[in-house]
Amino acid sequence: MLLRWWRRLTAMRTAIILLFLLALAAVPGSLLPQRSLSRTSVNRYFEENPDLAPVLDRLYLFDVFSSPWFAAVYLLLFISLIGCVVPRAMEHARALRTPPPPAPRNLLRLPDSGRLDSALAPGAALDAVEEELRVRRFRVVRRETAHGPELSAEKGYLKETGNLLFHLSLLALLLGLAGGKLWGYEGSILVTEGQGFCNTFQQYDTYSAGPLVDSADLNSLCVDLDQFRAEYEEDLTAASFTADIRYGEPAGEDRARTIGVNDPLRIDGDRVYVTGHGFSPTFTVTLPDGTAFTDVSAPFLPTDQQTLASEGALKLPDLGAGQEEQLALEGFFAPTGLMQGGLLTSVDPRPLAPQVAIFAYQGYLGLDSGLPQSVYSLDASQIERGRLTEVGAANLSVGESLDLPDGTRVTFTGYKEFAAMQYSHDPGQLWVLGASIALLAGLLGLLLLRRERVFARAEPAAAGGGTVLSIASLTRGGGESRPRFTALTDDLQDALATAASRTATYPEVPSRD
Amino acid sequence: MTDPALAELSDSLFSVSVALYSVALVAFCAQLAFGRRTERARELVGAASSGGVLVEDARPTAPQRTGGTERGNRWGAVAIGVTALGALAHTGVLVTRGMATDRLPWGNMYEFSTAVVLVAVVAYTGLALRTPNLRHIGVFVLGPVVLSLVAIGLGLYTEAAPVVAALRSYWLAIHVTAAILGFGIFMVSGIASVLYLVRSRPGADSGAGFVARLPAAEVLDRLAHRTAVFGFPIWTFAVIAGAVWAEAAWGRFWGWDPKETWSFVAWVVYAAYLHARTTAGWRGRPAAWVNVVGLAVMIFNLTFVNLVSTGLHSYAGVD
Ligand code: HEM
Repeated sequence: MLLRWWRRLTAMRTAIILLFLLALAAVPGSLLPQRSLSRTSVNRYFEENPDLAPVLDRLYLFDVFSSPWFAAVYLLLFISLIGCVVPRAMEHARALRTPPPPAPRNLLRLPDSGRLDSALAPGAALDAVEEELRVRRFRVVRRETAHGPELSAEKGYLKETGNLLFHLSLLALLLGLAGGKLWGYEGSILVTEGQGFCNTFQQYDTYSAGPLVDSADLNSLCVDLDQFRAEYEEDLTAASFTADIRYGEPAGEDRARTIGVNDPLRIDGDRVYVTGHGFSPTFTVTLPDGTAFTDVSAPFLPTDQQTLASEGALKLPDLGAGQEEQLALEGFFAPTGLMQGGLLTSVDPRPLAPQVAIFAYQGYLGLDSGLPQSVYSLDASQIERGRLTEVGAANLSVGESLDLPDGTRVTFTGYKEFAAMQYSHDPGQLWVLGASIALLAGLLGLLLLRRERVFARAEPAAAGGGTVLSIASLTRGGGESRPRFTALTDDLQDALATAASRTATYPEVPSRD
Repeated sequence: MTDPALAELSDSLFSVSVALYSVALVAFCAQLAFGRRTERARELVGAASSGGVLVEDARPTAPQRTGGTERGNRWGAVAIGVTALGALAHTGVLVTRGMATDRLPWGNMYEFSTAVVLVAVVAYTGLALRTPNLRHIGVFVLGPVVLSLVAIGLGLYTEAAPVVAALRSYWLAIHVTAAILGFGIFMVSGIASVLYLVRSRPGADSGAGFVARLPAAEVLDRLAHRTAVFGFPIWTFAVIAGAVWAEAAWGRFWGWDPKETWSFVAWVVYAAYLHARTTAGWRGRPAAWVNVVGLAVMIFNLTFVNLVSTGLHSYAGVD
């Protein structure tokens, strides 16, 4: 019973069906929003389809690629492939060591077969055939049988080798993918020029890690961002993004490098990327008592990639001893601002004329309330409850100020650029690359080579001297075999004729057997 | 920077190639109308002279049928000639665009699909030159070609312009070129399978319409298989190269982005087609259907995934 199930699971047909199922299982993952790609779009889907979404969620349809049913198909495919490939590999290893099988009794029954006449003696005729086949890289054995001397030849073992390589690589690839998922992690963080981060989960804005990642084992690397540069074509197409960074052990970030789009930092098998960029407007806040906070800033997130119009919030919870009120600025940053109908918009991603449109709030920010809040916006519930109140609003160019009722002065002093950086660790990736290359090589062997057996039997001609050769071939793979067989027999005919004329001219040359 | 004169030349050549292909289409129609039903003998001759590479029906007992008319064949030759001219203009579209923008001319969906269609035309023309019998399916290749080009010109047209930073990499040459070759070849393969499905319907042989004039079912099936065998490793390479590029550009080699997902689905469907062709019970029509599904998935991946869904792979440049 078990054995029967095992056989069924490991049949080639099952493997193909499972591969098909895997493809089918991937389809909802591309049609529905996925948490792994964008949490925001999943949340939006929930808002738009409040009834349907929870049902889909229970079926893991927003996490297709980490769902149990996807894993089940994947695992079954894996087992099926093992059961399918291992016995074949052993059989192939055996076949490599065994000579080609004896010729079938009635050669002329094979679809590609024919007779050749030769003036040579049977042994000499087979010699000529053997030589011709060896030139064509066949493996040849000669046998004496009751029906006369015969020859079996085979070539194209590499086709089966390619086949096995292909399937084994598929296995290796699945293993590598799984390993990467289990032991890999990825962290993202926004880094403003002049600041940096170290590779620990606490520091990242967001991170994801495989179940077997031990947070104590993270590669200890710190990265500082010195400068970020964006270049644009005349039509404002982004031409390049580069970040000058220094990196190294904590407190020893002494190696410098410039990374950019398509060009990450690779170190110890890990990678550091710049995945985006934006601006952090800087402000100087002067309190009524003269205390000044110079050039404080927070990253504003681009809401439009073309013009880098950005939104964000700067929170100042601690304005020094004796200051009860907390201060916050929320608003809009335009690298190149333009007033349109009383509204500030951005018309260029380059910081040619930076402007902000901000609202200032005073009161309680709720940062220590225990509820998580976004760093890019204020906690709306504090505003609703009246604990945080708007105390001023203004559109500012660099150098301009907003005076708040209590005498606090907020000056827009400029901007810094920030880079969105990503740290990635995937121990499976080189393995997967190797497996894909092997897979492609195996595929080429499997598709382009053909496996061919040729049999020949020599019988003395009925009347007079000479030999009648029966020749047949069997081909696996590579479509039509007939013209190849015709070409082969034509060549053999020529070889036989040449050999015959040689023996006729120099009869003293003894035949090989 | 973009050279407007060359960009304009590229656009004019686009119209010229559509016009030439339309003329070729008419000539192929004439061939189909004036030619007689294909005869097996010619098929054999053609195949032998082509070195037996592509289509062969070498069963020595193949029935001889009535001879074709010279007129039909002359139309076929004219059609192939005009198609080749069209392909020349079509190549010019891409060359001038590449020169205008000083980069490889496949940085957006308009350029990519234009190149795919060119590969399909060149692949078909090459095959039809070697195997004259394949000229009888010219209508069914040039028809979709003209339709796709019109759709591309109307729906996907994008001004010649520089590409974004992510695409300024030698991987554009590797990954996208492979994707174009694979896709173009699969297009020929898919058309052959559709024609095979039409031709292999019971009773197709006896009809007097165009169906009986198509090459024999086995010829079409073999054409579909050969081209798919050729395209599959190229497609495999395109996906692998995409993954290598994604590792450098997007921070991971595979993330089930919609384009990645559908490329994988297409890969599996073509793998299934190649298997089905050698699996008892699947040979013939069922296998051909799998090939047609494969082409449908490729087209879906190009159109729907680029235009409707959002992913990292949104370089389509179509608003
Ligand atoms: C695993 C990763 C990838 C896969 C599976 C993949 C797949 C594909 C496919 C199927 C096409 C054919 C065109 C289409 O159907 O739209 C294509 C074209 C293209 N790919 Fe990729 N790709 C990958 C990674 C990348 C990366 C990293 C880039 C660039 C940063 C890129 C840039 C392009 C471009 C520019 C085109 C042609 C233009 C277009 O259709 O938009 N691909 N890719």
